[in-house]
Amino acid sequence: MSATATMVERPPPRARGWPRRRIAGYALVGLWILFGIGIVSYLFFAWNPDFFAKYAPAYLSGLGVTLALVSISMVLGAILSVPVAYGRMSSNRILSGLAYCYVYFFRGTPLLVQTYLVYYGLGSFRVELQSVGLWDFFKDAFNCGVFAFALNTAAYQAEILRGAIESVPRGQWEGAASLGLHKLQTLRKIILPQALIVALRPYGNELILMVKASAIVAIITVYDLMGNAKLAFANSFDIQAYIWVALVYLVMVEILRHGVEWIERRITVHLKR
Amino acid sequence: MRISLRIALAASAALLTLGVAQAQEKTLRIGTEGAYPPFNNLTADGQLVGFDIDIAKALCDEMKVKCTFVAQDWDGIIPALQAGKFDAIVASMSITPERKEKVDFSNKYYNTPSAIAVPKDSTLKGVTKEDLAGKTIGVATTTTHFNYASKTYTDSTVKGYPSSPEEQADLANGRLDAIEDDIVVLQQFLDSPDGACCKILGQPSPQPVEIFGPGAGIAVRKGETDLVNKLNSAIAAIRANGKYKEINDKYFKFDVYGAES
Repeated sequence: MSATATMVERPPPRARGWPRRRIAGYALVGLWILFGIGIVSYLFFAWNPDFFAKYAPAYLSGLGVTLALVSISMVLGAILSVPVAYGRMSSNRILSGLAYCYVYFFRGTPLLVQTYLVYYGLGSFRVELQSVGLWDFFKDAFNCGVFAFALNTAAYQAEILRGAIESVPRGQWEGAASLGLHKLQTLRKIILPQALIVALRPYGNELILMVKASAIVAIITVYDLMGNAKLAFANSFDIQAYIWVALVYLVMVEILRHGVEWIERRITVHLKR
Repeated sequence: MRISLRIALAASAALLTLGVAQAQEKTLRIGTEGAYPPFNNLTADGQLVGFDIDIAKALCDEMKVKCTFVAQDWDGIIPALQAGKFDAIVASMSITPERKEKVDFSNKYYNTPSAIAVPKDSTLKGVTKEDLAGKTIGVATTTTHFNYASKTYTDSTVKGYPSSPEEQADLANGRLDAIEDDIVVLQQFLDSPDGACCKILGQPSPQPVEIFGPGAGIAVRKGETDLVNKLNSAIAAIRANGKYKEINDKYFKFDVYGAES
């Protein structure tokens, strides 16, 4: 055996002693732990049963509004994303151009701006909207929030859908065609089952982003979780109001994250080796 | 790695020296909102103007200190004061018991009543709880007007807005039946082109001092009695030497100071 054969690539040995990098790492982790302990002990010492009794019901109703807003917008967005994704993949230049512009606008501008435009912007076209009977819908702040959020998430979901479908190799389409399946059958039975595995993580991310972004509606007078936290803070000037709301969002996101992971484990069983 | 370590060291050094630097600071940093014309407003080119600003400048001249101004969102203005982002709030902040638990106040520097504005074609007759039952009232949150509205108009829907311009926009476009705000702020809005839609319906009465407080004061961090005393004597001084009247007349047709305390 020659000497070169033993030259196997392997990871470098673990550093011994206390190089600067390790010290810095421990220091940073230590800081984070201290920070965490700080928050927990703050909540422990600032525990105020009155605050809880007074504002917990408001937080709960706010949570309901947040969940309703996010789920309705996600579903409407998902429905709307299908034609947009179709347009994006279409060879018709007008169709794909329109879909491109839609996605470009909604991904390129902040959701905050879009929400403001829908709520206050459409508000200044009251007479025109009344004449076509849409004012009753846009008069309500919650509807405006759902409208803006659904349009926004549709753009992102369309891109997720398009990317996932295009990630399935062309050969699959051709194979299906050679078996005599028509396009819709191919899409439903062969392409989508594979594409949705790819799309699951991005969908999960989008859902989490929407949950967090939903706090924006507090500024257009919707009393969601954040709106109620702002009210609680306004009445008490107690920073707890925001710490609790952050914890609720954190728990929601954790639950969603684990949910997505669980689904992924379930649907990729056949890919595990 | 080397760079990040340096940054971390520099940051911690900066944090350590910040406390020292703050103690040595001779200028008084004043926080204000900048979205409450005519009291305080940010102009298009980023200048703070208004009654609050002019009063603050006059007080600083009187106390012989240099002043700088910081614009800060209303919702976070008390936490920002407590966090040391500035040393005093001159932002038409009403002196209320809840706020007094968090900050100390100078004496009032003005006191104007709360009022209700409605669209010109409104059928509303008055501003009592019964008159406004079933209606939607817009008020800026974290204000005395909001506290009053949510306690008084319990049969109406009280919607909270981040600041006055938003509630005014929603009154103009018809989402709201009425808004409650400081009478001077409402008048300023009604005099603008956007306010042509609307009129002042009346002033809620009585306006309890437990909710509205004795007027607007200057807020400082708890325990800074020295600064409070200086501000109080400066307010008294500009009232006496005519400076207050000069500023008052620049903005208003009547004396906004209210009753002598």
